[in-house]
Amino acid sequence: MIPAAFEYVRAHSEDEAFAHLQQHGSDARILAGGQSLIPAMRFRLARPSVLVDINEAKELSYIRLDGTLAIGAIARDSAIERAPWTGDRRWGLLRDVSRVVADPVVRQMGTLVGSLCHNDPAGDWTTAALAARAEVVVRGTAGPRTVPIDNFLVDSFTTAVGEGEMAVAVRFPVPDDRTAGAYQKIERKVGDFATAAAAVQVSLHANGTIRDAGVALSAAGPCAVRVQEAEQLLEGQRPSGELIRAAADAASRSSEPQADLRGSVEYKKHLAGVLVARALRQVFTRLGVQP
Amino acid sequence: MNVRITVNGVVYERNVEPRTLLAYFLRDDCRLTGTHVGCDTSSCGCCVVVLDGETAVKSCAMFAVQADGHAILTVEGLAQSGTLHPIQQGFWDQHGLQCGYCTPGMMLTSLALLKQNATPSEAEIREGLAGNLCRCTGYQNIVKAVQQAAGALITT
Repeated sequence: MIPAAFEYVRAHSEDEAFAHLQQHGSDARILAGGQSLIPAMRFRLARPSVLVDINEAKELSYIRLDGTLAIGAIARDSAIERAPWTGDRRWGLLRDVSRVVADPVVRQMGTLVGSLCHNDPAGDWTTAALAARAEVVVRGTAGPRTVPIDNFLVDSFTTAVGEGEMAVAVRFPVPDDRTAGAYQKIERKVGDFATAAAAVQVSLHANGTIRDAGVALSAAGPCAVRVQEAEQLLEGQRPSGELIRAAADAASRSSEPQADLRGSVEYKKHLAGVLVARALRQVFTRLGVQP
Repeated sequence: MNVRITVNGVVYERNVEPRTLLAYFLRDDCRLTGTHVGCDTSSCGCCVVVLDGETAVKSCAMFAVQADGHAILTVEGLAQSGTLHPIQQGFWDQHGLQCGYCTPGMMLTSLALLKQNATPSEAEIREGLAGNLCRCTGYQNIVKAVQQAAGALITT
């Protein structure tokens, strides 16, 4: 299938890209890795009349770890997968995702920020960003603003990025050494969207009780969903098998999937619970805790 | 839109519509039909080419205009003066193909894989090729072919 005709402009910097967006308004879309947008254009699900290609804006390819982890708009998924710090258990969640998002070839072009902007209901990075409490840096006419991921993900394929604005980076808080995360995904084959997936990140107090818990599901609603009930159940408690079951049940209840070729509503709700339980067990193992 | 794309060391200057996908630019404009189009929806990996010497890309999910000013390697560029590239030799020796449809994509994905990791384990090869489908079910020999090529590339 051939996409609808469009005008192509190439930006060599963030400023140039932003200027193009100001000029073309709502007709323009940013083209980063293109691994979601180009297939969507081929199916005519997206018909931007102007594409602003930011792949040459090399200043946006950074992955910087200082006060926070900052990932620029054209940092490739494969670069995240290969980053030396991902081996550290504190970054287990991002590492897990970087190994299962799309397939290894798509990951060489695909970008994390692009996935957030695409906001597919069955996305992987969106779900992980919720559990890890990320925030997105959006550049608008009034300058850059920081949008918490819960506010960024508005609805299916819809984000808080407004007309003439662009997402330039995502930031993750640096987890302390009593924090670990995990991502569990069921997919029919490598490269498929999740049938169901769960992202979990947990921080412990020094006394072993749970200080903070992030629990999110993919393919369980119009876009990635935070399971607040499970988070509240976990916080303040000591890891236990019973606690894991309660959190998993909450996840299963709150999951609102759509039936499709990948499975029925009942099956996907079941999976949501199973995957949250698996992710929690993995997190506790990574933390050296026997639940 | 005028583009200048180096394919297998040869400069192609063409006028293309921005919506022309790289796979079709290679096949129709450059007449390099070794790059196959399988699923046409970036799932199968038949159309993989190497961008700027190290990145494997599915050429059905990239516009030709994005490659303007860049270098593309396709299967036609692997052999040098009649001598098969070690990856091609590996596929030949290990019977790494049956019908051959997925082979160009398999080989170009393998090339990028070996650029990034010269000594991959069997598991790493299988993982690296997970975005490329072979419907003759010949993965066993494809993995052997890449292992042979890795060995050959290290000793050369």
